[in-house]
Amino acid sequence: MRLSPVLALATALIAGSTGLLPLSAVAEQGNNKVEVRQYQLDNGMKILVKEDHRAPVVVSQVWYKVGSSYEYNGITGVSHVLEHMMFKGTKTLGPNEFSKIISANGGRENAFTGRDYTAYFQRMHKDRIEVSFRLEADRMRNLTLPEEEFKKEIRVVMEERRLRTEDKPTSLTYEQFSAAAYQSSPYHHPVIGWMEDLKSMENDDLKDWYERWYSPANATLVVVGDVEADKVYQLAKKHFGPLTGPAVKPLKPQREVKQRGERRIKVRAQAEVPYLLMGYKVPVLRTAEDSNEAYALEMLAGVLDGGSSARLSRELVRGKQIAVSAGAGYDMYNRINSLFLFDGRPANGHSVEDLEKAIRAQVERVRTTLATQDELDRIKAQVVAAKVYELDSVFYQAMQIGTLETVGLDHKLLDEYVARIRAVTPQQIQDVARKYLIDDGLTVAVLEPLKDTKHDSLSSAVKGGSNAH
Amino acid sequence: MRTKFITGLLTLFFVASSAHAGPKIEQWQTSNGARVFYVSAPQLPIVDIRVVFDAGSARDGNKPGLASLTNSLLDEGTGKLGPDEIAEQFEGVGAQYGASSLRDMAVVSLRSLTDKAILDKALNQFSDVIAKPSFPEKSYERNRQAMLVGLQVASKRPNSIASKTFYKQVFNEHPYAIDGDGSEDSLKTMTLQDVKDFHQRYYVANNAVIAIVGALSRSEAAAMAKRVSRDMVKGKTAAKLVAVPDLAKPVNKRIKHESQQTHILVGQPGMHRGDPDYITLYVGNHILGGSGLVSRLSDHIREQRGLAYSAYSYFLPMREDGPFIMGLQTKNDQADEALQILNKVLNDYIEKGPSAEELKRSKQNITGGFALRVDSNKKITEYVAMIGFYGLPLDYLDTFNSRVEAVTLDAIRDAFKRRVHPDKLVTVMVGNGK
Repeated sequence: MRLSPVLALATALIAGSTGLLPLSAVAEQGNNKVEVRQYQLDNGMKILVKEDHRAPVVVSQVWYKVGSSYEYNGITGVSHVLEHMMFKGTKTLGPNEFSKIISANGGRENAFTGRDYTAYFQRMHKDRIEVSFRLEADRMRNLTLPEEEFKKEIRVVMEERRLRTEDKPTSLTYEQFSAAAYQSSPYHHPVIGWMEDLKSMENDDLKDWYERWYSPANATLVVVGDVEADKVYQLAKKHFGPLTGPAVKPLKPQREVKQRGERRIKVRAQAEVPYLLMGYKVPVLRTAEDSNEAYALEMLAGVLDGGSSARLSRELVRGKQIAVSAGAGYDMYNRINSLFLFDGRPANGHSVEDLEKAIRAQVERVRTTLATQDELDRIKAQVVAAKVYELDSVFYQAMQIGTLETVGLDHKLLDEYVARIRAVTPQQIQDVARKYLIDDGLTVAVLEPLKDTKHDSLSSAVKGGSNAH
Repeated sequence: MRTKFITGLLTLFFVASSAHAGPKIEQWQTSNGARVFYVSAPQLPIVDIRVVFDAGSARDGNKPGLASLTNSLLDEGTGKLGPDEIAEQFEGVGAQYGASSLRDMAVVSLRSLTDKAILDKALNQFSDVIAKPSFPEKSYERNRQAMLVGLQVASKRPNSIASKTFYKQVFNEHPYAIDGDGSEDSLKTMTLQDVKDFHQRYYVANNAVIAIVGALSRSEAAAMAKRVSRDMVKGKTAAKLVAVPDLAKPVNKRIKHESQQTHILVGQPGMHRGDPDYITLYVGNHILGGSGLVSRLSDHIREQRGLAYSAYSYFLPMREDGPFIMGLQTKNDQADEALQILNKVLNDYIEKGPSAEELKRSKQNITGGFALRVDSNKKITEYVAMIGFYGLPLDYLDTFNSRVEAVTLDAIRDAFKRRVHPDKLVTVMVGNGK
């Protein structure tokens, strides 16, 4: 049983944030020259198409710039509930009929909500792409939001919350941890929403939300697969072109207030084994004054947790055997400032305090000494290879393009990624560690088992990411 | 509410979809008996290799956890190298090593770029890890302890408790009842020698299937298979597993657990790979609970009543009959209601079977989505290894759609009546504590 670091999941290090090697030849292979074709409709909707002719399939995704970080107290979770209701009928389709049509066309479909986006997707045979466009265009403007469907669906979402959070101690810990780490930032509240807000949610809240955000000017269509870009554009124009909608009002910045000292919380829950989460405030690619810092933080995550040969696995799990699992993670593609995360579970015979001490020692080391060339080379080798491997999945390629566009970054940054990572120096890594891995920006959360038993642990998924429909 | 379904237009498109060919699989044996299955995938400079041994937890015997522990220790030492150096060997060239242990299978896999220097390095290390692991004492002890921790974590998870209980009740004395995560007793009495013996017995050429998919020629694939199997002992195929007996009577297990939701699993022994009823039951279950939000179970439990986030059913075909499972989770005070509906949906389905419309839509979904099953090297590799491991015909994927098309309403009704017995179901409910 391979105990994979929790955080790989938590932060969805797009593509494996790790990277390089004796690369000349390999980088060439990874340098997929397939370009993303970009179009815009008169109503403001953006269309991005990447041709991939390996298999006769297509993935089509509609991304909206709205998610839990667009919400405020009292209506938390509304983006996600609305995502559920998007399957419940339009002026011409009954509840669940969307799914039935996609299914009868051989398609697979779903949707996901994150802090910075809500997205809907279909995977289909390439011949069926028009079915997807027709239905997505319809529900972008014609949702009916029937009251009786809302009453059932809000209960489904509460069950989802019980399943994903209430009965999962690590998820509860992550939720409380985020609420402590972020004060004025909207990353404070969970994607699925607080249970109390779900209980008082009304269908009118969804109507307002839908009116405000589901407009072509706030949407991006991403298509990857065995298609011709110009034809996709023509088809998209036919279905999405006639739509009109309000211009989107700019979002308040809601910048996080300056943290003035370390924060610590305990989460007591039904569990057998303790669990530790630590997070330092950091900038992301979109907010960094110097974008090199984001790439250096990405490399820093690689030095600590870029595979089984990286420091946390090597030294904490295997060497000192303090942890059964330990991870570090950073997601440079967040919309606003976020956290550089550590997590782990202590091994039998060690306390969560031992583990925290060991992680802090690792932090001290990256602050005071340079990473070695060997370490950097290994990370870069992984980044270069991962860039090739990712071409094996049309879905993943679309995910990346959609994520960047929706958080306000140019998707062309994806093409720069390998070169930017390769350019990071050991000094830059140490510099960002010194600047950002500081106690004044740190939040620590400990899951304390309610039952007083022996400790330990296994990683489980912390959800920073998204809730699927 | 499903009255407005506009099938007419949509189905017109479907006529042309029958002649789906799957990937072309070539097959041979290495000189020491490993069976090789190869598919050429020239588009990307990647190779995937998946080696599967008949060495899953069904081979644990009276030492639950042994198969899993052995599998997890492969990359902890070879020759003079320890776990750090082995990880460096793979990661230094960007190769991805993986290992996992199921009930039937022990899986060891590698993904690498095809650049010769890179691939050679990754492949040499991969071959050593499989055939010549040194099983260092320190690694053994660490991983054994980690498994014990894993058991503690699982002991508080309602889904884990439910699943472990379900398999135990469905399979009883059969090896499929063994929990691959092990038990505290077993992990405390196990020895390093047990691991070495297990590896020596089961990680052998005659017990191996090697699937190779990637941008390499058949002769390159042959050389690769030879390299991977070179140091394997010839050995013997694992003994045939006994058949899974039908249950004699229904079993109800209610386990008190302090959680907000009750996790419900209902089922019994189902079917095996190569089962004559496989396609019929697969299509039948697709309608019952295998098609996500549009399945009957999801419709009754989630869409009509809002009782659960997910309600599903599936057959898990294995070497012998794997389980047929229906499941859902709901808040404690709704558990009895949800269970009642679950059983009612099943009984109705066995009694009356699907409607013609349901069958048509399911066939459209399955055959129309065929291309999605094999649209990446990763998926093709998994299929090829599965086909090889279970000895399915090499044209399994080529004929898949036509076999689905041939399934009739009567066949589904007949197969469900013969194979699913509502009077002998195992029902497990975990939750509602304190």
